[in-house]
Amino acid sequence: MTVTQTSGEVATREAYGKTLAALGGERQDIIVLDADLSGSTKTANFKKLYPDRFFNMGVSECNMIGTASGLASTGLTVFASSFSMFAVGKAFEQVRQEIALPVANVKICGTHAGITVGEDGASHQTLEDIAIMRVLPNMRVFVPADARETEQVIRAVAASPGPAYVRLSRMKTPQFLPDDYNFEIGKINTLRDGADITIAATGTTVMHALAAADALASKGISARILNVCSIKPLDTETLVKAARETGAIVTVEEHQRAGGMGSAVAEVVAEHAACPVRRLGMNDRFGESGSGGQLMDHFGLTAPAISGAALELLGHAS
Amino acid sequence: MTPDFQELAIVANELRGDVLRMLQLAGSGHPGGSLGMTDVFTTLWFGGHLKVDPQNPTWEDRDRFVLSNGHICPILYAILARQDYFPREELWTLRKLGSSLQGHPDFHFTKGVDCCTGSLGNGVSVALGMAMGARAQGKNFRVYAGTSDGESQEGQVWEMASAAAHHKVDNLTLLMDRNGIQIDGFTKDVMDQGDLGAKYKSFGWHVQEVDGHDMMAIHQALNEAKKASGKPQLIVCNTVLGKGVSFMENEPGWHGVTPDEEQLKKALDELGLD
Repeated sequence: MTVTQTSGEVATREAYGKTLAALGGERQDIIVLDADLSGSTKTANFKKLYPDRFFNMGVSECNMIGTASGLASTGLTVFASSFSMFAVGKAFEQVRQEIALPVANVKICGTHAGITVGEDGASHQTLEDIAIMRVLPNMRVFVPADARETEQVIRAVAASPGPAYVRLSRMKTPQFLPDDYNFEIGKINTLRDGADITIAATGTTVMHALAAADALASKGISARILNVCSIKPLDTETLVKAARETGAIVTVEEHQRAGGMGSAVAEVVAEHAACPVRRLGMNDRFGESGSGGQLMDHFGLTAPAISGAALELLGHAS
Repeated sequence: MTPDFQELAIVANELRGDVLRMLQLAGSGHPGGSLGMTDVFTTLWFGGHLKVDPQNPTWEDRDRFVLSNGHICPILYAILARQDYFPREELWTLRKLGSSLQGHPDFHFTKGVDCCTGSLGNGVSVALGMAMGARAQGKNFRVYAGTSDGESQEGQVWEMASAAAHHKVDNLTLLMDRNGIQIDGFTKDVMDQGDLGAKYKSFGWHVQEVDGHDMMAIHQALNEAKKASGKPQLIVCNTVLGKGVSFMENEPGWHGVTPDEEQLKKALDELGLD
């Protein structure tokens, strides 16, 4: 599969808003909370159709998360949204104490994650959320790669009781996953088979990993591309198989290298099938303003940097 | 229905005894607030206000009780045991490995606990969500939450206060332990809070203030709170930390220190218990 734009560019937050609105019509038990960002997170789509089941909690993320837990305890399925920086960062302790610990049926959908939030700069570029959410017992972590996968993830978490964190993006990106694509909780999708090296990507970096595979193919290198949307639970079997069969793994994400998807992959590989792993991500630094696309290039998270890392790992001169 | 206040006083006295016994055996925990809120919670649980079914702890239409200042859970555990959620003997295992009674409330371990609390500020938000959940589903249950003056130093409490008033959540009643003491000393010295009732009132709440040891006044305030329409309610309960045990009363040192065997005996003597 190559990166082709099948039906225009759509941000995963837009697909989230659309799916949530559709779910609202299908299920009466779905309640949505937002913290004054419903226009940006796209929960406003739900609010417009089901105002009785939408509550704006104001600029008060900590209270929003606690309230979500209480609502869920009465038998409701609750989606709580804000920018990921605030839903996860500001309200971390409430997420830990009142969502993860009591195993509340709350889906925290954080938009504007990573550096692709762009111009807003470092204060809004969440680069730690995968790390801090995956370390919480009972919490599940998903990062969809395009609009199609977002719809499937949102439907999957709505149907599966318990806590979940879904990381969503502001930036419009191509819809590139095929019509027959099927997301499953706890499964890695192998988007392209390959024998020489594995590239594991998540969210906005998946399409760049595919482009990197094209570049590598032109040099006679066959790269296996894994879409790690389900970061927790993590598909150990597929990772171990990739480590054994390809012998080298590059990971890439718009997140700190420490603690993110790459770390999760490295943990599995180190314990079950040790092989060299090169993690691409933000190297212990904050982001800065710029367009999302520019920043992805600037911080080395697009195809040239990914293929370069793969070549280096395989011992090819750059 | 008017409760038998003489009977309630006997219950409260025996609950204080259980709180002291369990804390002495545990060797750590918080007696001050537990004893201070005993009369308020006894009126709520044994005065006919809280609609629960100990035989069916997860009954979906039950009233909820959230102890947001979770560290005073010894009094909650003593009440739950007396309500037959679990045998009284379990009280003597508080805070020990394998016990059903954790250092702070956790419903995974303890029947009758509705919310995991312990980190101040969080429980009141969960209580708000429970109350909103009742309304969203057309259910009639009420939510009561214990909170405190010290807890009100958490910013999240005021986020909750804004949201509860804005959304007109009138099936939520907070019972605030206003004993003027927190772990580092008197609240006026640590972080003076002024008139907490007036603050809540300015946020749009229905506010009452009572003597937290006058069970008839507490009973009447709980009844008044149920009548408030369109507003969440706060009952500021003026209490004495360590109430009932002379050497503990109003002494900040007894916020989070447990009695030894000799002190326990002395306290039980004062309460007229064995």
